Amino acid sequence: MNGLQTSDEITVTRRDFLAGAAAGSLVLGVHLPALAQGAAAAGAAVLPPEINAWVVVQPDERVIVRVVRSEMGQGTLTGLAQLVAEELECDWSRVSTMYPTPGESLERKRVWGSFSTGGSQGIRQSQDYVRKGGAAARMMLVQAAADEWKVPAAECRVDKGVITHAGSRKRATYGQMARAAARLNPPAEVPLKDPKTWKLAGQRLARLDTVEKTNGSQVYGTDLKLPGLLNAAIRDCPVFGGKVRGVDSAATLKMPGVKKVVRVGESAVAVVADTWWRAKKGVDALNIDWDLGPHAGVQQADINATLKAGLSAEQAAVGNSVGDVRAALAGAARRIEAEYAYPYQNHATMEVMNATAKITMSATGTPQRCEVWTPTQNGEGALAAAAEAAGLPPAQCEVYKLHLGGGFGRRGAVHDWVRQAVAIAKELPGTPVKLVWSREEDMTHGRYHPITRARLTAGLDAQGDITGLHLRISGQSILAGIFPQNVRDGRDPVVFQGLNAGGGEAMIGYTFPALLVDHAMRNPHVPPGFWRGVNMNQNAVYLECFIDEIAHATGQDPLALRRKLMARHPKHLAVLEAAATRAGWGQPAPDVGGQKVFRGLAQMHGFGSYVAACAEVSVSAAGELKIHRIVAATDCGHAVNPQQIEAQVEGSFVYGLSAALYGECTVKDGRIEQRNFDTYPVMRMDTMPKVETVIVASGGFWGGVGEPTIAVAAPAVLNAIFAATGRRIRELPLGNQSLKRA
Amino acid sequence: MNRLNVNGKVLNHNAEPDTPLLWVLREQLGLTGTKYGCGVAQCGSCTVHVDGAPVRSCALPVSAVRETQKITTIEGLSPDGKHPLQQAWVALDVPQCGYCQSGMIMAAAALLKDKPRPTDADIDAAITNICRCGTYNRVRAAIKQAAGGSKTAGLDIIHIQRSRS
Repeated sequence: MNGLQTSDEITVTRRDFLAGAAAGSLVLGVHLPALAQGAAAAGAAVLPPEINAWVVVQPDERVIVRVVRSEMGQGTLTGLAQLVAEELECDWSRVSTMYPTPGESLERKRVWGSFSTGGSQGIRQSQDYVRKGGAAARMMLVQAAADEWKVPAAECRVDKGVITHAGSRKRATYGQMARAAARLNPPAEVPLKDPKTWKLAGQRLARLDTVEKTNGSQVYGTDLKLPGLLNAAIRDCPVFGGKVRGVDSAATLKMPGVKKVVRVGESAVAVVADTWWRAKKGVDALNIDWDLGPHAGVQQADINATLKAGLSAEQAAVGNSVGDVRAALAGAARRIEAEYAYPYQNHATMEVMNATAKITMSATGTPQRCEVWTPTQNGEGALAAAAEAAGLPPAQCEVYKLHLGGGFGRRGAVHDWVRQAVAIAKELPGTPVKLVWSREEDMTHGRYHPITRARLTAGLDAQGDITGLHLRISGQSILAGIFPQNVRDGRDPVVFQGLNAGGGEAMIGYTFPALLVDHAMRNPHVPPGFWRGVNMNQNAVYLECFIDEIAHATGQDPLALRRKLMARHPKHLAVLEAAATRAGWGQPAPDVGGQKVFRGLAQMHGFGSYVAACAEVSVSAAGELKIHRIVAATDCGHAVNPQQIEAQVEGSFVYGLSAALYGECTVKDGRIEQRNFDTYPVMRMDTMPKVETVIVASGGFWGGVGEPTIAVAAPAVLNAIFAATGRRIRELPLGNQSLKRA
Repeated sequence: MNRLNVNGKVLNHNAEPDTPLLWVLREQLGLTGTKYGCGVAQCGSCTVHVDGAPVRSCALPVSAVRETQKITTIEGLSPDGKHPLQQAWVALDVPQCGYCQSGMIMAAAALLKDKPRPTDADIDAAITNICRCGTYNRVRAAIKQAAGGSKTAGLDIIHIQRSRS
């Protein structure tokens, strides 16, 4: 999710057909049919000419805004439409959205730019050119009216899709001018509004995609219906790196509805049947002879030992270095040291991995076209994966995106399920086949949150002030698993997320006289992935809990210590102060149900935004934890839809606290042990705290929203637990630890 | 042919008796609003009503449902999608990805039938469905709104009437 590429997209680029115009350039005159979002299966809908790539205005005044970033719950669909509509000055009540396909985009030299929807980039990385798309369309519509009326365009006014000219008392609607505007050349200069003058953007508008999600009519990938559709279930080797040696499918082939048993790559077997349930039963009846491969003997303890050894390794890649930490630690009056650990976690999207694929044959009996319908965070990545699996040029392939039943990073960088679906469809040419994973398949074949450990050592002088800090990370690199070409000399720059000296994306908020952040890369065989919040999640636990440790060890208030260290990081400090103030830091928290309530703080910077949280918890004498209230502050620069930012911040605590409280995947005999929500618990209603969000939109930059707050969830709660119990939890998840009073 | 009474209609299907009700609804009867999430009655995405009671249809063999029992799915919760819970869900923009929401609404509808003015504890006990996006607090607010509580839940969401033309 960091960086715009995906591993699949790189394949596309290598094939070198993507050489294209800069994202956001306006292409006129060419009409290509696009698929209405949510109606992918219904076929192409013919539309009137577009004003430009981003805007279609219909004669009946309906405005269609093209959006290529994927909607997976985060609200980007509505936010991007707000930005386009703001500049377009159209009537919001008539706005709807549409997903152009990746195939159309390639045909048009990537006119819509990146499809990648990860790294909390959906809005911040495309806001500039989508706003220009809206503004240019407005200028062209006005110009068309001015030309017809033979008046200067500058004298025309626009309000909610109606163009007026006061002097001549002329009036026209966007729908009336659309056809003429589409024939005009795009303006060379497209000035954008000052965000301070926004009317639609920045407002607490309702989402555009809610009603369908309340009556069962929203079509997800798993719900897709196509004529002649068959269904597939799959079993991949339980050990990563294993293979299918042989398969006895005799029993399966006799079962009702079963059409075919298909070997998928070297490691999986699928059953195709008329219904998914029959396909799944067919898979259960297969007798597969596995070659479990080289990792079948790997246990969790082996992985832990490998990572522990990395904590003391001589060789480590440097992420951030200030002064001479070794000298500072050697000369310190006092040293504090702690070790932390963060486990593997599965994304556990509510909708399991799925894709529908169809191969169409030519008259001579060779594959001619490959179509895929799938929920993906990157339509272009899905297209590249489909093309490679089909053995066809991307120009002969197409991907129709559906809204995601959760993404969280699982559906962006690697499209393993798309490759499987295409491989299966190749065995049944002419027939669309829908591959749906079982939850067990999904849980055991994820791309897991990387496992890491950390050792932190702080040197203090006689007054208790920090003279140096060494943060050694040992463990898995996501880039090594997904984009190995981006790892140079054993250094994965993404590992240091939130701990960087600069760069604007994920910067540490403290100044120390000496600092060393380094990483000993240790890559077990379990495949890692970008997991909502990515490496910020564990780095926040390591840094923010250790700062809390130093505060308590030196008898300082955790907020007061941070203020001292954050003097040169005013934006970091401002959100921390905002959270602390709203929470009432410094005043005792009121008791709840006879239990004393304690607070903990955490702050981070990531995905371009500054975030902080204050957690309020109580722990009963028996060790029962209750998280009562979270106050979260976020500075994302510009706030496009505050009520959706609040929804993302609130959701971040569900994702982050699920991870902190329960989230752990463990390895036994080379395979992931957890198979479903009974062994991989997540947060439910009864453990959900109140969340109060403070949006500190300081302006002047565009930060992400979907991910950064997750990082502060765990450390704020862990620090509050220490305040309540005197127990310092250094290994997650919490559920493995006793919280009885120390 | 076997029969089920779903959303007020008697419908035929040819599923094997051990097929979970969920897959009969989705694959035999085309009612895909009810979702598969776990298959082991953990997540609640598959929640439907059988004679008014919330049931996790992914773990209920279709053979255990008699033709006389009335099954209600999200598609049949109200004739026009305007059940008070659906209205509250829209008013408070509850869904994020939306995948779990059919099950959430069905579980909440059963709760309100049982307890028209549920307390927080009632909601905690009845709504054990999993949402990974994290809509729990808005789900709670929407249940309370449908039960006659605050109309905005402090969210102050701006609803601009969608134009039909």
